[in-house]
Amino acid sequence: MKVSITVNGKDYENDVEPRTLLVYYIRETLGLTGTNIGCDTSSCGACTLHLNGEAVKSCTILAVQADGATVTTIEGLAKDGVMHPMQTAFMENHGLQCGYCTPGMVMAAIGLLNENPKPTEDEVRMGLEGNLCRCTGYHNIVKSILAAASAT
Amino acid sequence: MAGSILGNRVLRKEDPKFLTIGGKYIEDLNDEPLLADALHVTYVRSTVAHGKITNIDLSECKQAPGVIAVFTADDLGLEPVSATFNPMAKRTYLAKDKVRWVGEPVAAIVTQHANQGEDAAERAIIDYETLEPLIDVEIAMTSTTLIYEECGSNVVMDTIALGIPDNTGDAIFKDCEVVVKGRFMNQRVAPCPLEARGSAVAWIDGRLYQWISTQHAQGVREEIRKANGLELENVRIITPDVGGGFGAKISAYSEELLLGAISKHVGKPVRWRETRSESMVGLGHGRAQLQFVTIGGTKAGRVTAYQLHAIQDSGGWVDIGTILAPFMTRPMSQGVYDIAAMECRTTSVVTNTTPIVAYRGAGRPEASAAIERAMDLFAAEIGKDPVEVRRMNLIPKFMEPYQTKIGAAYDVGDYAAALEKALAVAKYTEARTEQAVRRKRGDTVQLGIGVSVYVEITGGVDPKQEHAKINILPNGRAVVYTGTSPHGQGHVTSWAMIASSETGISIEDIDVVWGDTDLVPSGGGTMGSRSLQQGGAAVQKVSIELVDEARKLAARLMEANESDVVLDKTNGSFHVAGTPAVSKSWADVAQAADPTIGLTQEGIFVATSATFPFGAHVAIVEVDIETGQVTHRRHIACDDAGKVINPLILEGQIHGGIAQGTAQALLEEFRYDDDGNPITSNFADYAIISAVELPSIEVVHMETPTFVNPLGAKGIGESGTIGSTPAVQSAVIDALMHLGVRHIDMPTTPERVWSAIATASV
Repeated sequence: MKVSITVNGKDYENDVEPRTLLVYYIRETLGLTGTNIGCDTSSCGACTLHLNGEAVKSCTILAVQADGATVTTIEGLAKDGVMHPMQTAFMENHGLQCGYCTPGMVMAAIGLLNENPKPTEDEVRMGLEGNLCRCTGYHNIVKSILAAASAT
Repeated sequence: MAGSILGNRVLRKEDPKFLTIGGKYIEDLNDEPLLADALHVTYVRSTVAHGKITNIDLSECKQAPGVIAVFTADDLGLEPVSATFNPMAKRTYLAKDKVRWVGEPVAAIVTQHANQGEDAAERAIIDYETLEPLIDVEIAMTSTTLIYEECGSNVVMDTIALGIPDNTGDAIFKDCEVVVKGRFMNQRVAPCPLEARGSAVAWIDGRLYQWISTQHAQGVREEIRKANGLELENVRIITPDVGGGFGAKISAYSEELLLGAISKHVGKPVRWRETRSESMVGLGHGRAQLQFVTIGGTKAGRVTAYQLHAIQDSGGWVDIGTILAPFMTRPMSQGVYDIAAMECRTTSVVTNTTPIVAYRGAGRPEASAAIERAMDLFAAEIGKDPVEVRRMNLIPKFMEPYQTKIGAAYDVGDYAAALEKALAVAKYTEARTEQAVRRKRGDTVQLGIGVSVYVEITGGVDPKQEHAKINILPNGRAVVYTGTSPHGQGHVTSWAMIASSETGISIEDIDVVWGDTDLVPSGGGTMGSRSLQQGGAAVQKVSIELVDEARKLAARLMEANESDVVLDKTNGSFHVAGTPAVSKSWADVAQAADPTIGLTQEGIFVATSATFPFGAHVAIVEVDIETGQVTHRRHIACDDAGKVINPLILEGQIHGGIAQGTAQALLEEFRYDDDGNPITSNFADYAIISAVELPSIEVVHMETPTFVNPLGAKGIGESGTIGSTPAVQSAVIDALMHLGVRHIDMPTTPERVWSAIATASV
């Protein structure tokens, strides 16, 4: 099936198998490998990206469902070589170690602040329930998000 | 810059890439020309825990779309290979005559695309004559059903067979006024790195190139060399970014060892990447140690005798897990205590479950959990505060090696100081008061306080050495080559800091290379918290030697006496002492050494011994006694890893370790039904810890440098896990002490907590 999707500001038109998940379309058809796959039960959130401005797990959506949509991935966040404030906050607060959950975590974090710009620590933790990290113990991820919230 | 860069909170050099385009993991090698047109390998896995294979029919698989080839053990001509740790145990990389756990690879399917492999695998028909599944380690120990018949027993290793005398039963407790016994199950957990396993191979002019998600390229090269019958120089291992390992990615697995042969058969490069559900049964598991403890001493609180029999579940193969009990748990079984009589026996037993491998702490969390729980049981028996009993029994501060009764030589230690620091931050006395108030009021939500004091062994795996090379390029930039293998630990930053501290070259101008065996042929990888104390020390050693060589070259360039030339580390330039106006840069010196390759220094740092980091953790939890629900409120950690190079990275390691320890204490357990079917084999069923179940962590700083290496550094990668697991478990039990609860096995789930309350009697 044919899909037209705008990804990181660029328009794409591709033929995809109907069963293709959005995450495979992004990774394999478009070659944007920043978005990762960490599970097969939509539990880990490593594949989180923004679909029409909302953070979604791209393993839960078929590419054909995203026809006509606007997608932002981790590769589309920095503008003219300047990192998004959330990326900066993760860097300054050591909010990542192996980096595997990081793109999904950053996209989820931005989505979280879009909905709740000044969250409490508990609200951040609740908001991250669907994103797993095995390295950081979440401490510095929570710290990064709170830092990004207070910087804006 | 004033003073050394070491000890500063330097932001990680590796982060901008991870944050803007993401890491380059195995699955991201889409632009690797050597892997162009690679085919995909999918493994057909055993669906029964223990059975004889009576027939393998792959004819339907061959008809599935996209299938290029299918292979059984016979198709690949596989011969049985012996287990490293018990040569009598033998199996083929694809199961041939029998299967020994659910998930064991039985056949391989090669397809054009990855998803075609999953579809085709479902068409495989494998007939089994099922055998009695041995899931429980105590049943397996005495069963006449044998998992490896040629071993003659399911016990595949025992300290008695290693020449260590058996425990003497009650004899060592005959003078004790108080004796308490315990049976603890240190349960099986899944390591769960966020990146599952993956590998890719290509044959280039008779040479095997293998990309693999690993913690130890040089170690894996030897395994892959052997599996493919090659000379060492005909194997190149390349490690891309690795999305976590936690010990489970130290060795190569069957699925990875077979790719070379499969690629040769199909005449094309191949890739393999497991799904999470495969990974949960294919990647090795951790812990799984049943412990019988006896502790004895005086009514006043002095512990005089301690005995442990650890029964290690090895799982379905004699893998690394088999040796963790005798070689990691046993030496650390005495913990931080001065105990006159010590005994520890370990027995490793195969079962029809996923093989046990190293997992963060690997044998030490088990040792620590056993003795810390025993101390709590002892304190409860004599009616004393568990902290008070610990204070009475701690080994006093020592700055020279301390020989334990069980046979370890700890380097330096100040356990009392760590305990008091953690207690002070936790406000221990106030917490006890609050607990008493809630108990008196009969609150539904009770407070529990758990305390652990631990010591562990790091950098203890032989050979205790690491290789490093530093190359100053003709443009003045430096490249550090290391035999360690970072997968989240920030070696790019820390090694650059160490090299910068000796050379004065800015960390922005230092690159770090690892994990490619053509570029770094020798190395011990990253495991057992060894990297900084051996790999970092090696970088420091070669950097110092490099500066000596560079001073000679600079002296020649400036026509000065070598002894008069100094390195100004503030700007990385050489000049004659007293006349800084005339100077030579690192680029000048590198060009003088060799205009094309620059100046290189290479060497090995050899540690005289392991190091023994220590610390104390305090966990404060709330337990709803009506529902059994536990909420982890505060976690205070004082972990002493000696000299700190980068506090930011150190704290990150502590946080992550505590999350995994807390996960084991509260939530995670890999479970099987009675037939050996895994019932927690994906992230929906396995209770992997999330941000919701954890508090922010209060890290208390303490530095007791070791003399074992010039950096003064000990390991920190696993301490958080070792200290936190018993602290959190004990806190849950502590909340229920007034109800008569003395022990609850991990994970302390609501169901278990509720049942313990229901069956307890004061």
